[in-house]
Amino acid sequence: MPPVVVARDLVKKFEDLTAVDHISFDIEQGEIFGFLGPNGAGKSTVIRMIQCVSPVTSGRLEVLGMDVRERPREIKARLGVAPQDNNLDPDFNVIQNLTSYARYFGMPKDRAVRRANELLEFMQLEEKRTVMIEKLSGGMKRRLIVARALINDPDIIILDEPTTGLDPQARHLIWERVRQLKREGRTIILTTHYMDEAEQLCDRLVIMEQGKFLMEGTPRQMIADVVGDCVMEVIDADDEAERYLRTQGQQVERSADRLYVYSGECRTINQEFRRLYPEVYSVIRTATLEDVFLRLTGRRLRER
Amino acid sequence: MNLGRGAVAVWRRNADVFFKTWKTNFLPSIFEPLLYLVAMGLGFGGLVVGLTYAGQPIDYIRFLAPGLISISAMYGGFFECSYGSFVRMHYQKTFDAIVATPVSLEDVIVGEIMWGASKSLINSTIVLAVIALMGWLLFPAIQFTSLTLLLVPPITFLAGLLFSALAMIFTALVPNIDSFNYPFFLLITPMFLFGGTFFPISQLGAAEPFAYILPLTHTSLLIRDMSLGMSSPLDLLALVYVLVMTAATSYLAVRLMKKRLTR
Repeated sequence: MPPVVVARDLVKKFEDLTAVDHISFDIEQGEIFGFLGPNGAGKSTVIRMIQCVSPVTSGRLEVLGMDVRERPREIKARLGVAPQDNNLDPDFNVIQNLTSYARYFGMPKDRAVRRANELLEFMQLEEKRTVMIEKLSGGMKRRLIVARALINDPDIIILDEPTTGLDPQARHLIWERVRQLKREGRTIILTTHYMDEAEQLCDRLVIMEQGKFLMEGTPRQMIADVVGDCVMEVIDADDEAERYLRTQGQQVERSADRLYVYSGECRTINQEFRRLYPEVYSVIRTATLEDVFLRLTGRRLRER
Repeated sequence: MNLGRGAVAVWRRNADVFFKTWKTNFLPSIFEPLLYLVAMGLGFGGLVVGLTYAGQPIDYIRFLAPGLISISAMYGGFFECSYGSFVRMHYQKTFDAIVATPVSLEDVIVGEIMWGASKSLINSTIVLAVIALMGWLLFPAIQFTSLTLLLVPPITFLAGLLFSALAMIFTALVPNIDSFNYPFFLLITPMFLFGGTFFPISQLGAAEPFAYILPLTHTSLLIRDMSLGMSSPLDLLALVYVLVMTAATSYLAVRLMKKRLTR
């Protein structure tokens, strides 16, 4: 099966800023593909180009085999977009938000109502059917935005920061639904600045910074390549303990009061450290994508 | 131009919202003409003697009534596509949500302008109905009997397109919602006063030609002549002016909105 999104040498320039800087990638049918990175890295700009709402400056971008410049209407008919900002229609209630949105896809009324009811059930919003948008909690609004993105039964679902600002229960419900949508065979494109979210959901991902890819691959492979399998975390180390750890010749990162020691031998280092500095708290844990990110961007910050 | 049936869906969205609360939306259109007819027509009009329009003597209130229809056609579209569209575009992000579907930005702007014109049609038809009722009940001087009266609603729709597109130009340009004070103060209020609404523009003397720059002068001329069953060669010119201006402002509005919203 050919990739559903193909980007080659893709560039997006604003007046004096290159938001997306010569990137190339393929997104395969049926996978969850993540764009990870800090705010302003260019994730949303890539998404907006895939969505055919932001004109491409240069390079090639094809979605479902169609050029975004030539066939935006056909592409948009097969995309479902859950944007980062809440742009639900405050003049309508919950179900009307779905049915009025269905009209933009040219869907007949009776089919729209049927589909809207299915989706309210899917996102656990049946009881809020006739509630106005302003009366919904943040989590409910997000769920409704995801429901709205599914109204046209899309082949590709774009989720831009789907869980920003949500409580843990609301996040987990969204994650569960995203996995379910993947099982239905849909392709999902996700942007997030939450590492745990990317690690939980993405089959493949890219880490973006300043419009470029710092790294790409599967979460597991990235962790193995950049960090190794374990991390030693030290809390409130005094200067002497920190100096000691740094002389161990390993990669050490500081983030506020914590030190992270990345090394294949972190278990041995920890044992030795415990013996020398029994009063400092340290622990060994499994490496996560957050460590990948910290190592990649931490080093960059120091180089500047 | 990338225009399709999506514009109709945008129009439907606005119409649905409007008709959900139609009772409150209709109230100003019912009461405003009543107030104007009594205050200006009866109160002020009582002082006016020897008014002539197109060479014929006319009661002031009969002169005034079609002016009120023209004013409501102007405000209906201009309000809708200035404050209304700006709120939908900027605060509610409704346009962003819509352009993520197969509907294009051009569809959105054209749909908004069509809806603004519909507001003009709805509001001024209510004003026309109120005037007709008042003419029948209280002021026999404003009984409109000519068949050309039937042309008034389509003309208010056309006028609505012009004023909506004009407003949309400002919506594309203003940095924030307070800036609409400028077009209202510099354009709409002068038209309201000098656009052939409360007195014949011939009263302006040497300044009369300047009144013909104003769109309202042309739409109010058409609406008055059709209401009163009169015609003059100026009507045709006015119609041409309105059509050309509508096309020009719509084109410019779409261009400027694309510039504002495409990033």
